[in-house]
Amino acid sequence: MSDARNSILTKLRKTRDAHPLTPPASDFAPIEAKQWADEERLPRIRRLMEAVHTEFIDATEADWPAMLREFLSREGVGSLLYAPATDAGKRLVEGWDAASTTLIPYDRPLEDLKPQLFESIEAGLTTTRGAIAETGSLILWPTADEPRTLSLVPHIHVALLRADALFDTFLQAMREQGWADAMPTNVLLVSGPSKTADIEQTLAYGVHGPKRLVVLVVHP
Amino acid sequence: MDGNAPDFAAASRAALADPQLRGNFRRAMDGLMTKRAAQFAEPAEWHGVRALAASVRLRALSKLPELLEKLEENCTRNGITVHWAATTEEANSIALDILHKANAKLVVKGKSMVTEEMHLNAVLEKDGIEVLESDLGEYIVQLDGTMPSHIIMPAIHLNTKQIAHLFKRKIKDAESREDAAYLTDLARRVLRAKFQAADVGMSGVNAAVAETGTLCLIENEGNGRMCTTVPPVHIAFMGLEKVVEKLEDVPPVISLLPRSATGQPITTYVNMISGPRKSGEKDGPREVHLVILDNGRSSIYADPELRDTLRCIRCGACMNHCPVYTKVGGHAYEAPYPGPIGKILVPQIEGLAKRGAMPHACTMCNACVEICPVKIPIVEIMGRLRVEAVKPGGAVKDGGAKASRAEAMVWSGWAAMNASPTAYRIATVAMSRLGNAAPSSLPMLKEWTNVRTKPRFAGRTLHDLARAKGIPDV
Repeated sequence: MSDARNSILTKLRKTRDAHPLTPPASDFAPIEAKQWADEERLPRIRRLMEAVHTEFIDATEADWPAMLREFLSREGVGSLLYAPATDAGKRLVEGWDAASTTLIPYDRPLEDLKPQLFESIEAGLTTTRGAIAETGSLILWPTADEPRTLSLVPHIHVALLRADALFDTFLQAMREQGWADAMPTNVLLVSGPSKTADIEQTLAYGVHGPKRLVVLVVHP
Repeated sequence: MDGNAPDFAAASRAALADPQLRGNFRRAMDGLMTKRAAQFAEPAEWHGVRALAASVRLRALSKLPELLEKLEENCTRNGITVHWAATTEEANSIALDILHKANAKLVVKGKSMVTEEMHLNAVLEKDGIEVLESDLGEYIVQLDGTMPSHIIMPAIHLNTKQIAHLFKRKIKDAESREDAAYLTDLARRVLRAKFQAADVGMSGVNAAVAETGTLCLIENEGNGRMCTTVPPVHIAFMGLEKVVEKLEDVPPVISLLPRSATGQPITTYVNMISGPRKSGEKDGPREVHLVILDNGRSSIYADPELRDTLRCIRCGACMNHCPVYTKVGGHAYEAPYPGPIGKILVPQIEGLAKRGAMPHACTMCNACVEICPVKIPIVEIMGRLRVEAVKPGGAVKDGGAKASRAEAMVWSGWAAMNASPTAYRIATVAMSRLGNAAPSSLPMLKEWTNVRTKPRFAGRTLHDLARAKGIPDV
């Protein structure tokens, strides 16, 4: 392609071959050794995430839409953006009768939703592909049906977490879910609401991303 | 920046005389060191993960040209356009080309140290493009018209009061409130409008995965996600050393970076980008560009000892633990990378004529080496650069620029004295008899005695004392 490309690669190759480097073997055992018992994972995730102001709601497969409805109306949240084509989206709208919270489907490209998304929509609902016990992190796997901005722009992000989809480490999650074979456009780990300590190391929440992160735990 | 050599000694004297600045740094660095230590409470875990992360970085360097080609191949397959730049000028002109094609008027940026190296903001502004830093610390520094003083916390040199005054001066309708929560919310309101309107978003890269063509970015604020998700075009900038071989190599790096940097178990967001918006997807940029910058890195790579500089994952922990950095602050270095890593990286990039003073701003206490998550032998490289600065013909740009005839003569005299028993005896006896009579204002000696008391010479040499105790000469 460019001259820069060829000259850079040629120089790197030539000097590396003149002084080859033998790296030590990568021993992943120190990360693989991080394990928690089944009953410890969720409490650990909860403790770590609550320490950075994440909120938790316990629910079941049967009642999570009702629990969410109740939470939103209690908090006076007027609008919830959701992914209409996902299973969770379909469950959500079944019998949604809350007068206080309007459901808004994310059913068009960002460009057609931008003003509403930035200026009026209050909350967004996404699913997760599980959570990580070591660091207290949700795995978000945005798709064509569940866009990236759903968990980014609204002031409140509600994430559905299935209590049986918990991993010990980031490494274990990517291995067991086979990430390297098919990375989507975007994968995220989310470990709390947006925060900063850039002003004299004083922690402040809600800088650019969501001000609140609410994890709706769906127990089997 | 201009071509004149920055005067580190003068800048650090000014910094040392500023008690406000010293207080701000002392408090911040103490906090960061304490928080980091709490994250590495188990020595076995620290040693194990650290060895793994170092091996990941070394393996990447051992295959650097192949991995960069593989990264390019996989990024291209994913729809990311890859550009190569030998110099910062080339990188700036690549960026301008993309911006012109996109007809861009407004750019929002996430934190990127490589673009600081490029002085990209100044280039864009000169071209009439509005560019806005969106990381809160970078935004503060940009409003203030200065440079970041720390690679992780750019505005660490300012306190809340100073930031409140700045916002009051620069932001319309700002109230005068010394309250971090209020100031943060104010910045949120200003920047949200910009994210929405921006034509192009820019970011750095914490790690680029060759195996999958993935760009990893970590952050707490969500501005990085905004910059890489909302505007129609995303341009990512990386130094060519930032590649790792496999996706599995990311967890060890991510495990150490935030813990070392700020003492958090993980950042709020780990953002892994593997392409632009695909057909059917509703958001994400329509174009993603990756600019791979050399800017002297391939020369650093050429030397087997200096090459270790390129292991760096830019956590900034070396700064937090450096007794010199903590006292003089980040601005005294007048460089994109301050502190220990800056003292070895910047002279290699910009040359020893301009940056020959930097490797001397070190007490060789080894604190940075002890906490470096990828085990860079910073102090050894510092020593090497001190030698290169006075010895022409070495591997580093402008080697020998700091050579002084007087200094060279003193050292060769020193070597000759130590090589001959007779010369040594004469010199030490002379010192024990006459050393205390020598005035502290002697040339060269003055440099030392300006800020220190002249040492007292003992009346008898060590050899004398030993002989008196009946220890025979060897």
